[in-house]
Amino acid sequence: MWAYLVRRLLYALPILMGVNLLTFALFFVVNTPDDMARMQLGVKRVTPEAIERWKVERGYDKPLFFNESAEGGGQLTDTVFFDKSLRMFVFDFGAADDGRDIAREIQQRMGPSLAIALPTFVLGLFVTVSFALMLVFFRATPLDFWGVVMCVAMMSISSLFYIIGGQWLISKVWHLVPISGYGGGLDAPRFLALPVVLGVIGGIGSSTRWYRTIFLEEISRDYVRTARAKGVSELTVLFRHVLKNAMIPILTGVVVVIPLLFMGSLIIESFFGIPGLGSYTIDAIQAQDFAVVRAMVFIGSVLYIVGLILTDLSYTLVDPRVRFE
Amino acid sequence: MTVSEHAELLSVEALSVEIDTGQRVRPVDALNLLIAPGQTVALLGESGCGKSMTALALMRLLPAGGRIAGGAVRYHGNDVLSLPEARMRQVRGGGMAMIFQEPSTSLNPVMTVYHQIEEVLSRHRGLSGALARAEATRLLSAVGIPDAERRLDEYPFQFSGGMKQRAMIAMALAGNPDLLIADEPTTALDVTLQSQVLDVLAELQRSRRMGMLLITHDLGVVARMAHSVAVMYAGELIETGARNAFFGAPLHPYSRKLFAALPTPAGRLRPLETLAGMVPRLDQTFAGCRFAPRCPSAMAHCAERRPAWYDVEGRQVRCHLYDPALPAQAVPPPQVRDDALGATRVAAEPLLEVSDLKVHFPVRKGVLKRITGQVKAVDGISLTLTPGKTLALVGESGCGKTTAGKALMQLVRPTAGSVKLSGVEQTGRRGGALQDLRRQVQMVFQDPFASLNPRMRIGDILEEGMAALKTAGNAQERSRRVDALLARVGLDSAMRDRYPHAFSGGQRQRIALARALAVSPKVIVCDEPTSALDVSVQAQILNLMRDVQRSEQLAYLFITHNIAVVDYLADEVAVMYLGRIVEQGDREQVLRQPRHPYTRTLLDAVLSATPSDAHAAVSQVEISLPSPLNPPTGCHFHPRCAKADDRCRSDYPEVTRFDGGGYVRCHYPAVN
Repeated sequence: MWAYLVRRLLYALPILMGVNLLTFALFFVVNTPDDMARMQLGVKRVTPEAIERWKVERGYDKPLFFNESAEGGGQLTDTVFFDKSLRMFVFDFGAADDGRDIAREIQQRMGPSLAIALPTFVLGLFVTVSFALMLVFFRATPLDFWGVVMCVAMMSISSLFYIIGGQWLISKVWHLVPISGYGGGLDAPRFLALPVVLGVIGGIGSSTRWYRTIFLEEISRDYVRTARAKGVSELTVLFRHVLKNAMIPILTGVVVVIPLLFMGSLIIESFFGIPGLGSYTIDAIQAQDFAVVRAMVFIGSVLYIVGLILTDLSYTLVDPRVRFE
Repeated sequence: MTVSEHAELLSVEALSVEIDTGQRVRPVDALNLLIAPGQTVALLGESGCGKSMTALALMRLLPAGGRIAGGAVRYHGNDVLSLPEARMRQVRGGGMAMIFQEPSTSLNPVMTVYHQIEEVLSRHRGLSGALARAEATRLLSAVGIPDAERRLDEYPFQFSGGMKQRAMIAMALAGNPDLLIADEPTTALDVTLQSQVLDVLAELQRSRRMGMLLITHDLGVVARMAHSVAVMYAGELIETGARNAFFGAPLHPYSRKLFAALPTPAGRLRPLETLAGMVPRLDQTFAGCRFAPRCPSAMAHCAERRPAWYDVEGRQVRCHLYDPALPAQAVPPPQVRDDALGATRVAAEPLLEVSDLKVHFPVRKGVLKRITGQVKAVDGISLTLTPGKTLALVGESGCGKTTAGKALMQLVRPTAGSVKLSGVEQTGRRGGALQDLRRQVQMVFQDPFASLNPRMRIGDILEEGMAALKTAGNAQERSRRVDALLARVGLDSAMRDRYPHAFSGGQRQRIALARALAVSPKVIVCDEPTSALDVSVQAQILNLMRDVQRSEQLAYLFITHNIAVVDYLADEVAVMYLGRIVEQGDREQVLRQPRHPYTRTLLDAVLSATPSDAHAAVSQVEISLPSPLNPPTGCHFHPRCAKADDRCRSDYPEVTRFDGGGYVRCHYPAVN
C-alpha cells in the first residue's frame, strides 16, 4: 500500500512539470510580457520606460525559455520559465501582478469556496443517489419513464438558466434571500442557500441518469437473482446488495472531484459575487494576471492528482477484491 | 385436506410461461411435474428448451417481461402462484431454495460468505449473533469446506470455483428448505470438482429428505443423481419416467438421439449420430409434434396432430409411435454409417515439434515494480504433432493448457524453448517472419459467440486470413474459396453476407472452423471447441472435424477437459498439471492404463451415462489446483496424491519412459 502511494506520488512529478510547461507555453503564445505590462499599467501611463521597469520589477525581463547570453547551465536556468517554475513546486506562488500575495489570497478565499462547494457536493450526491434508487425501484413503470424524461429535460437546460431564473424568482420576486454577495458567521446561510440549491438542481439531470444506469446494470446481475431467491424483500435487495456493488463505479466519478471542491465553482461564484477561488481565477484570466492563473492551474492539477489517488484508495474500502501490494 | 392428498411436495400442473419481447414467446408450455419428498427429479434438455425458465417460474422469479401464462404450482398443496408477494418471500429460501449455474457470478462479490449465509438465517429462522455464527459454521462444514469458522469471513473471490458452489449450497440450505431447485449446479465446474459437488448434493438431499429438481443437460449428471427423469424439448415435456428404465431404453426418438450423440470409445472413429435441423423457434403455435421436422421416424400425421401422452410400462411419452390405435411401428434402430477409419495411416514426418516450451509471467511488486516472482503458466512442455493425427492436451482449468496453445502459435511470447515447424525454428520471430507459421497453424477457440467479430460479415471473416496471408490470389479466387469453405463445413454459400449474430452456436463453430481452414493450414489448435455446445451440436462439430482431418491430413492439437471427447477423437493424449506434462502416450494406454495418479483422478471423476448412485461420503476434502506462483515442493501433485511420501515432497520426478513411446513423471507410476 505504501509502496503504491509512493510510486503514484513519484508519477505525479512529471505530470505537474508537463502541466506547468503547457500553461506557460499557452499563456505566452497569446501574450507577451509587454502586453501584460500594458494591461497592468493602464493605457495612459504606458511608456517604453514604464514597461521596462514593470518587467524588471516582476522578473519578466529575461528570455522566456532560453537565454543565449548566459553561460552553460545558465542558458536554461536564467529564464522566466525556470525562475517562475522552481518556486511553484515548493508551493511558493509569490505575488500577483497587482502586488498582492497569492498564498494569502488563496487562504482567505478557500473558506467561501468550500462553504458553497461542500454542501452542494454532499447534498447533490444524496439527492441524486436517492432519486436514482427510487427510479430503479419503480423501474419499467410510468414513474420511471417520466423521471427519465425529466432528467433529460433538466440536463438539456443550461445551468446559467437555473442561476438567472433562480435569482429572479427567489430573490427578485419573492425577496427570500439576497440576490448575491457573501457574509461570514450567522449571515452566511442566507447568502449560501440559493447558490447551493441551484448548484444541486443543475447536477440532478445528468447524475441521476448516470446512477440509474449503473443501478439497473447491477440489478440484472446473477447475485441479485440469488438474493431474491433467498426471500429477501426488494428494498433489502436494493440497499444491501445493489447499492454497495454500484458504489464501485460511482466512486470513480465522485471521489476524484472531492479535492477539487477547494477550487470552488467558476460560474456560481461569479454570478453570486462570492469571494472564492473560482471568481479569483476568472478575474485573473480577465486581467491576464499570469502569476495567479498559473498558480491556480497548478493547484488544480495537484488536487486532481490527489483525487485520482484517493479514488484508487477508496476502492479498497468498497471492493474487497482490490488490495494494493 | 388429508395428508395423502398432498403427499407430493410439489406438483406442477399445466404450467405455461410467456415472455414478451416484441413477439410473444412461450418457453414453457403446459408442463406437468411431481416431486415427492426425498426424490430427485431431473429435468433434462438442451439449451433454450425452457428448463431454466421452468425453475424461475416455480420460484416466481421470472425475468422482466416474463409472466406465468397459466397452470398451477402446488407446494404442500397450496397454490404458490396465487400467494401474495410477502408470503411468497417466506417460501423462497425458506421452503424452496435454489442453486444457480455460475457460482462466480451468483454470489455477491462485496459481501463476506458469512453475511450472505446469515441473511438467510435471520430472514427465515430468526437467528442472529453467536447462534447464527455457529449455524453458518455448521452449514459450511456440512458442505465439505475445511476450516469453516475462518473461511466464513472471506469473500467469494477468495474461494475456488468448487468452494463457491459449496458455499452456494450452504446458503440455499440455511433456511431449512424441503425443496431444492438446482439449475445446472456443476456445469461451470471442472470434472474433478463436479463429482465432488454432486456427492455433497446427493448426501445432503438424502439426509434431509429434501425433494430436488435437478436441471441439467448432462446425461452423466442425471445417471448419477436422479430418481426419475423428465425430458424437455422446445418448451414441453416429451418423456418422463424412472431413471433406470429411461437409461435402459429411452422411448422418445429425441431421447434416443441424445444418447446416440454422446461420443464413446466404442463408437470411436465412426460418425456420431446427429440431429438434422435446429430447435424450432418458440414464438409460433405448433400443430403437430414439435420434434417431427427433425425426427428420423416421423410419420405423415406427426406434423399435423399433436401427440398425446402414452403410458409405456409405467413411463410416459409424448410420441405417436406409442399410439396403441395406430399399427405397431417397429422403431427403427439408430443407423450407423459405418465408415470407420482403417488403421492404415502412414507414419509421417513430424510437422510441428515443440520442445521444452516455457511461458513465465513475471510478478512485480514494490515502488520500483521489481520482479519478485514468476507465474510458471507453462513450464517446459514438449509435444510433437504429425499429419493426420490428433494429440489431446487435457487438464483442469488453470493448468496452463490454453497458454501452451497460444505460445505454440507465438500469440504469447514463450519465455524459453523451441517450436519447430517442419524443422524451422519459429520462436523469436516477429511480424512478417511469422507468416509461414500463421499459414500453416490455425486456431479454433472455445466460445464461438465471442471469437467472431460481430461487425463483420461471414464472407469477410473467411476472406480476411486469405487476404492477409496472400494465399488465394485475387478477389474472385478468394470469393470462390469462401463458397467452397462454407460448403465444406455444411453451410449454404448464401450465408456469406450475414453477420455472426444470425447463427446458432453450432453454426458459428462451423464458421470458426471454416475460418481456420481458409488458409489451408496443416495444423489446427482447437481450444475446447465443443465445451460451449450442446451434446447434439457437439456431435456435428466432432463429425465435421473428423471428416476434415481425414481429407486434408490435418494435425490437431485438441485442448480440452472433456475425457469422453478425447477418447472419441484423439490418437495421443498428454495430461497437463500445473504447467507440466505429467503423462503422455497412446490414447489406449493413457486412458485405459493410466500410470500417473493425477490421470487416474481425472478419469475417476468422469460421469458416465450409466445409472449409478452417488458415493456416500462427503468427507473427501477438496484440494484445488495450487497456484502456479507457489507450486508445491517436489512433485506438484503430492498434496492431492494418496501415494505421496517424503520423496514426492522433495523431488520433482524424472521422466519414466515406457514401451510404445509413452512416459510418465511420477516416482511411483502404476504398473500394469
